[in-house]
Amino acid sequence: MTASTTSPTDQTTSGSRGTTPPVPEGAVAVTVKIRRFNPEVDPEPYWQSFEVPALPTDRVLNLLHYVKWYLDGTLTFRRSCAHGICGSDAMKINGVNRLACKVLMKDLFAGDGKQTTVTIEPIKGLPVHKDLLVDMEPFFEAFRAVKPYLIAYGNEPTRERLQSQADRARFDDTTKCILCACCTTSCPVYWTEGSYFGPAAIVNAHRFIFDSRDEGAEERLDILNDVDGVWRCRTTFNCTDACPRGIQVTKAIQEVKRALLFRRT
Amino acid sequence: MQFHKYDVVIVGAGGAGMRAAIEAGQRARTAVLTKLYPTRSHTGAAQGGMCAALANVEEDNWEWHTFDTIKGGDYLVDQDAAEIMAKEAIDAVLDLEKMGLPFNRTPEGKIDQRRFGGHTRNHGEAAVRRACYAADRTGHMILQTLYQNCVKHGIEFFNEFYVLDICLTETDEGPVCTGAIAYELATGELHVFQAKAVVFATGGFGKVFKTTSNAHTLTGDGMGVVFRKGLPLEDMEFYQFHPTGLAGLGILLTEGARGEGAILRNASGERFMERYAPTIKDLAPRDIVARSMALEVLEGRGAGPNKDYVLLDCTHLGAEVLETKLPDITEFARTYLAVDPVKEPVPVYPTAHYAMGGIPTNVHAEVLRDNENVVPGLYAAGECACVSVHGANRLGTNSLLDINVFGRRAGIAAAEFAANHDFVDLPEAPAKLVEDQLALLLSEHGQERVADIRTELQATMDANASVYRTEETLKQALHDVQALKERYAHITVQDKGKRFNTDLLEAVELGFLLELAEILVVGALARKESRGGHAREDYPNRDDTNFMRHTMAYKQGEGLTADIRLDYKPVTFTRYQPMERKY
Repeated sequence: MTASTTSPTDQTTSGSRGTTPPVPEGAVAVTVKIRRFNPEVDPEPYWQSFEVPALPTDRVLNLLHYVKWYLDGTLTFRRSCAHGICGSDAMKINGVNRLACKVLMKDLFAGDGKQTTVTIEPIKGLPVHKDLLVDMEPFFEAFRAVKPYLIAYGNEPTRERLQSQADRARFDDTTKCILCACCTTSCPVYWTEGSYFGPAAIVNAHRFIFDSRDEGAEERLDILNDVDGVWRCRTTFNCTDACPRGIQVTKAIQEVKRALLFRRT
Repeated sequence: MQFHKYDVVIVGAGGAGMRAAIEAGQRARTAVLTKLYPTRSHTGAAQGGMCAALANVEEDNWEWHTFDTIKGGDYLVDQDAAEIMAKEAIDAVLDLEKMGLPFNRTPEGKIDQRRFGGHTRNHGEAAVRRACYAADRTGHMILQTLYQNCVKHGIEFFNEFYVLDICLTETDEGPVCTGAIAYELATGELHVFQAKAVVFATGGFGKVFKTTSNAHTLTGDGMGVVFRKGLPLEDMEFYQFHPTGLAGLGILLTEGARGEGAILRNASGERFMERYAPTIKDLAPRDIVARSMALEVLEGRGAGPNKDYVLLDCTHLGAEVLETKLPDITEFARTYLAVDPVKEPVPVYPTAHYAMGGIPTNVHAEVLRDNENVVPGLYAAGECACVSVHGANRLGTNSLLDINVFGRRAGIAAAEFAANHDFVDLPEAPAKLVEDQLALLLSEHGQERVADIRTELQATMDANASVYRTEETLKQALHDVQALKERYAHITVQDKGKRFNTDLLEAVELGFLLELAEILVVGALARKESRGGHAREDYPNRDDTNFMRHTMAYKQGEGLTADIRLDYKPVTFTRYQPMERKY
């Protein structure tokens, strides 16, 4: 394992991209330590550190952009909306799964004038394609496997199906999921048993199992009763802690387990 | 290079692309090519609702909706298209409900509806409850529901495939669309997709501005690809600034907040919209509210230490309404500004939000190559297209409606076209343009950095081409953009690899942004009037004599620095004559 820590100034070939922009007033220099890996050229993953100016209002995503735009253009990660809605930029920040666009630097600054280090790694349990960018296919495959769509039989009504406010509220929490994979890749069971559907897939099954309009609960419960289904969950609550949308993920999994035990929804 | 053959190829997997895919996928062999994973698309950021005259909570009808859309668009709307959209809105909402979308409900269990800007009863009498919604994540629920139904129908996606060109084959009757060229981000490989029909649903180009509600990925690629082929773009000078972006950040706070009763106030606490729109006040259309906010700040009545924003006051709505009907924006304000909307007003300022203009189409989503003729086999829908149902200013919620109504139409039309036509041969060396473009970008030819050029572009567009414009500011913007285009010829892409080269991707995107910014500015300079989202301080009035017409911009020549030629297209009228616009 070649773990190396280099500052951007040490780099000769792909280092600085020229002058950096002026440091804004009130910015503090922080160390951004990133787990790098490009299978095209690197035999092993390694750590690389960059000095980056950060404002308290900066999101971690701003710092990653600073590195990419001004220090090292090869740094690779996904991002899109930059305000916690699209779910592209899930990564492990200081050891916990977060969206880089939802973590503010003011919450990461070390006290007492100490140097702040922000450690950023790819989410765990999915193959790393390059730096912080992972293969999302296994994650979406598990999602697709739970039949994540409304199943209804018989003739469609001409108008909307009626649903009481209470019935609508029953599954509100799990409709918030943005499929970022923060929960699934924080789950110790998923790390060791990649065949486990994982919390996100179960959340999306829950969203339909508890929808009064849906008639596919039995089919989904059969799938989740499988060896790779809900019974793998050990209730560690990592998923609930990781969810950037505040979904009670573990509770949703428990509700699916209970539905299986009593086979009624 | 890999080669694929499909009946229908859809480019883009936001709301319009997936709505099209659900229709096309059930009728023809369909592939969806998308730069992002489908659920990452910016449809998911839409919040407030989708209007349709369901009349679930009060009297309403689609004719009122049509009128509001036309008046909201400052009469630049093609009225036949607006009629279709308002009429088909009802089924569009019901279709989504049947697909599983979890709308909020009335006490009777019907789809609930809320008020929204510019949507009124009986031609402007009062605000009407027309917007169907799912809390303040309606766009998220639409995107998820459409993706869920794509999974259900087994739609074939090519994720992280970035379309950089379309194939046009010359025939005796003019150009025919025969496919698309995609760059696979994972491998750096080019793919040629031959198709009978291609649907563009590639979204907007908000990233020409610094302060924007748009995602980093909204760089107008689809519009740029079409424009580079010599096809026109319509009404590009009409860009919408959403009144309530989080001050300094541009993150969207839904108009639905004002629909639920929130009020805009200036530094002295005055409800200033009473002065600008006495009848519907805070629920005036976005162009009027954004201009009013900018004026308050220009005239020294802004709030905050620099008097550079106004306040969105939700405090009287109560914690319950905020937590249940507006939970996401409540969280945004808390997370990004450390302001709790339950207790204190939120600093807001207009943010670049939506392109009214785009790839011109007819009501069947067929792309026009001039004022009359279509490009057979090429379709467009959603923000990248211009039907035009939004005219000079889009009403809130009508974008979610647009993607569903015209996305559906595009999918059906493309599949029917494919069923009735044979494959046409691709042009010779179809991928050559893209190969050359990428090779050039990857070669060493200067010290310019993509980030610097993009930052300067966004700065000049914010300063000179946003809510208010003048001849002087627009000329400055044009000068700046053209200088940046020259510098773009000297950029260096640092990542030379094949694998997930997002450094190269950003360079390509910047090329599109520069081109689209210039089209916006050139169109804005030529339009010497104020209409909807285009407000000229030096020409403060609407001029129906000279400018009741759509702008059509064409690329004149080759290369990034080629000239832009402007032409004009008449507006379609059915039953509404232009009137002075008062609210």
